[in-house]
Amino acid sequence: MRNLKTLMATTMLVACFGAAAQAKTLVYCSEGSPEGFDPALYTAGTTFDASAHPIYNRLLEFKKGTTETEPGLAESWEVSEDGLEYTFTLREGVKFHSNDAFTPSRDFNADDVVFSFERQFDEENAYNAYVSGASWEYYNSMSMPDLVESIEKVDDMTVKFTLSEPNAPFLANLAMPFASIMSKEYADQLQEAGTPEQLNQAPIGTGPFEFVAYQTDATIRYQSFDDYWNGVEAIDDLVFAITTDASVRQQRLVAGECHVMAYPNPADVASLQENPDLTVMEQEGLNVGYFAYNTQQEPFDDPAVRRALNMAINKQAIIDAVYQGAGTVAKAPIPPTMWSYNDNLVDDEYDSEAAQAALEEAGVTDLSMKIWAMPVSRPYNPNARRMAELIQADFDRIGVDVEIVSYEWGEYLERSSAEDRDGAVLLGWTGDNGDPDNFLAVLLGCDAVGGANRAQWCNEEFDKLVQDAKSLESQEERAELYMQAQEIFKEEAPWATIAHSIVYVPMQSSVSGFVQSPLGDMTFDGVDIAE
Amino acid sequence: MFRFALSRLALIVPTFIGVSIVAFAFIRLLPGDPIMLLAGERGMSAERYAELQAEMGFDRPIVAQYFDYLLGLFQGDLGTSIVTKRPVLEEFFTLFPATIELAFCAIVLATTIGIPLGVLAAVKRGSWIDQTVMGTALVGYSMPIFWWGLLLIILFSGTLGWTPVSGRISLMYFFPPVTGFMLIDSLLSGQEGAFTSALSHLILPTVVLATIPLAVIARQTRSAMLEVLGEDYVRTARSKGLSPRRVIGLHALRNAMIPVITTVGLQVGVLLAGAILTETIFSWPGIGKWMVDSVFRRDYAVVQGGLLLIAIIIMFVNLIVDMLYGLINPRIRH
Repeated sequence: MRNLKTLMATTMLVACFGAAAQAKTLVYCSEGSPEGFDPALYTAGTTFDASAHPIYNRLLEFKKGTTETEPGLAESWEVSEDGLEYTFTLREGVKFHSNDAFTPSRDFNADDVVFSFERQFDEENAYNAYVSGASWEYYNSMSMPDLVESIEKVDDMTVKFTLSEPNAPFLANLAMPFASIMSKEYADQLQEAGTPEQLNQAPIGTGPFEFVAYQTDATIRYQSFDDYWNGVEAIDDLVFAITTDASVRQQRLVAGECHVMAYPNPADVASLQENPDLTVMEQEGLNVGYFAYNTQQEPFDDPAVRRALNMAINKQAIIDAVYQGAGTVAKAPIPPTMWSYNDNLVDDEYDSEAAQAALEEAGVTDLSMKIWAMPVSRPYNPNARRMAELIQADFDRIGVDVEIVSYEWGEYLERSSAEDRDGAVLLGWTGDNGDPDNFLAVLLGCDAVGGANRAQWCNEEFDKLVQDAKSLESQEERAELYMQAQEIFKEEAPWATIAHSIVYVPMQSSVSGFVQSPLGDMTFDGVDIAE
Repeated sequence: MFRFALSRLALIVPTFIGVSIVAFAFIRLLPGDPIMLLAGERGMSAERYAELQAEMGFDRPIVAQYFDYLLGLFQGDLGTSIVTKRPVLEEFFTLFPATIELAFCAIVLATTIGIPLGVLAAVKRGSWIDQTVMGTALVGYSMPIFWWGLLLIILFSGTLGWTPVSGRISLMYFFPPVTGFMLIDSLLSGQEGAFTSALSHLILPTVVLATIPLAVIARQTRSAMLEVLGEDYVRTARSKGLSPRRVIGLHALRNAMIPVITTVGLQVGVLLAGAILTETIFSWPGIGKWMVDSVFRRDYAVVQGGLLLIAIIIMFVNLIVDMLYGLINPRIRH
């Protein structure tokens, strides 16, 4: 409430003094409502844009515009020789926000770090089940419970993580939203007051913006945090205007009701680009849409057959029809914005005749197969049904008979994981932490067969490279191994890589300093508006 | 009158039980599992799946789950959203005023315009007025709401710049909600221009939401009036020299109102359904949008709770409509 009163007072002041005292307010037309404000409870990007990015910091942060990490609330860290112990030295003098119920009495320290993680795995921790159905989904899905053996406070400004095995992507995990640092002092106070759920509804963090108010499904208000350790923001207020329909978001942007909008309709991008008052940023998203064969079943267990089929797919036609141009043809399993992307790979050239010849050479005639089309639209595949139909037509040209099947989304995800599933599945992936391991091991590793590895593909050579890369500390050395792994992938062709979608961010030309994140995050620190 | 009200009220109890079963079963009959949706493309190990099922109580027999739910209902607990982890009732009451405000304005607009238009069309039966009104009503009745809403936004907000695109009030106004009704809150806030801003934000969504009920009410009023105008007592009233205004206003309209009130009552259901689309187009933070999002996320607690609450509202509206009959036509009371 105190924040609210300040803001009301500011508004009244502005009303009295007119333009001279005009506060700089940036309005972002966002695509949906946040589920809550404790990022560790959730998995949706929309929630992270409203919670993790403006309000909180993490020990490590992603360097703006890249998938690489840099020091955040940890100033530096040391890794033991065996790669099992990570000792973080914390940043001094970092302040927490305050609100009507809470005024921090101390700066950020090791207790906050230990609390922020401990609550996610320690059932004894009072905050382990502070809201009904708290499942800490990201902490679990990033395999943190198996990986992290202990988290200890060494002294006030030092924290030590002990791992069960060397794991380089661990550092990138610490830059993810679920690893946001909460105030233990605030949590304790809420606990005493009997209102722990406020941790999720009236968040306190160390980030660039303080939370002011959330009007359910309508607006979220923040104000710039005066004591932010990384410098005060140029804008005074940040407002998320929740606008679920893309056409309406566009109208609001054009009418000047917002400065930045999320996810325009691909078909509308051209008209936005032509508008002289607007700037449209674009970048490949951290995703890949793929077509995964079941490599354990005949005839798809033969790489020659898979390569032949890949040649028959007209990917450019898919980009035009399914992505409406808002995509690029994918040749690798990881997107080009990710470090270790192997740009030397040569994509299968679209050639129906050569494909048919190659298929015959592999001894396959009269092939009929199923293609699985997802029932939902996802960033990496906006219309799987249409994509399946295009591939069906492509395959028909080389004499392969296709039946398209689909299931309800939850059912689809479950059934497509089964090792004895038939045919080829359309699916995709959006990266979590910008680490190549998050694509190559999660989607193509031997451990993931029967799960997220929908190609059911286990190649020892590939798997060894990816596992070895995981235990190396140097990013250069890791990148080398991942590049080799991508070559094996291309040779073995467990998938046809279809596309990386392009993410567009239209904004008023008066907005400066906005950096598009390859991770798909919308972050507003460092952003300014010209008068 | 009191006994009449009581007998109607008694009917509500079995209806309530029935609705609670339907609401509970409906979302569970849809294919799809909230836990698998939570896991997404990554999938989930069988152990983790079982763990989450147990945590959310989905591993218990379905009948036991229903009785848990029913027990909760009688204690006023509608459960907790799987997604936001907030109590369903709390979310409902946060969002409901926005829907009520919009639906109320729409029904006022629909009746104040629809009834006079219907009367006019009936009185001038066969004239160009009648044909225009009924033609327009037919178009309005068949209008796809989503398309209609976008069309109005593009014309009035985009091209002409007369009305705001979406939302409930300009973002420059900010005050804590007191009643949840923006028109009232904006007045209470004392901020200059806030009320006008809230009002201007209401115009387009109200028009869009009122379109179908308006058309239905106009058509219903016309046909009810035509029937009444042919009755003997109207002829008698005319022949004893009453002014046409008194004949239509006092003798005919009052008797034509019964089917019209039924229609208006039924429109409440239509309004709540229409609100789903209207709220989505205009980013109106009400229960329509909330329910749609929850169906997609298979948020069992929200969908069954929301359905139940909406059903209760419709039941009470019907009760009020029944009471109104009693007031207008004393014969129905017995």
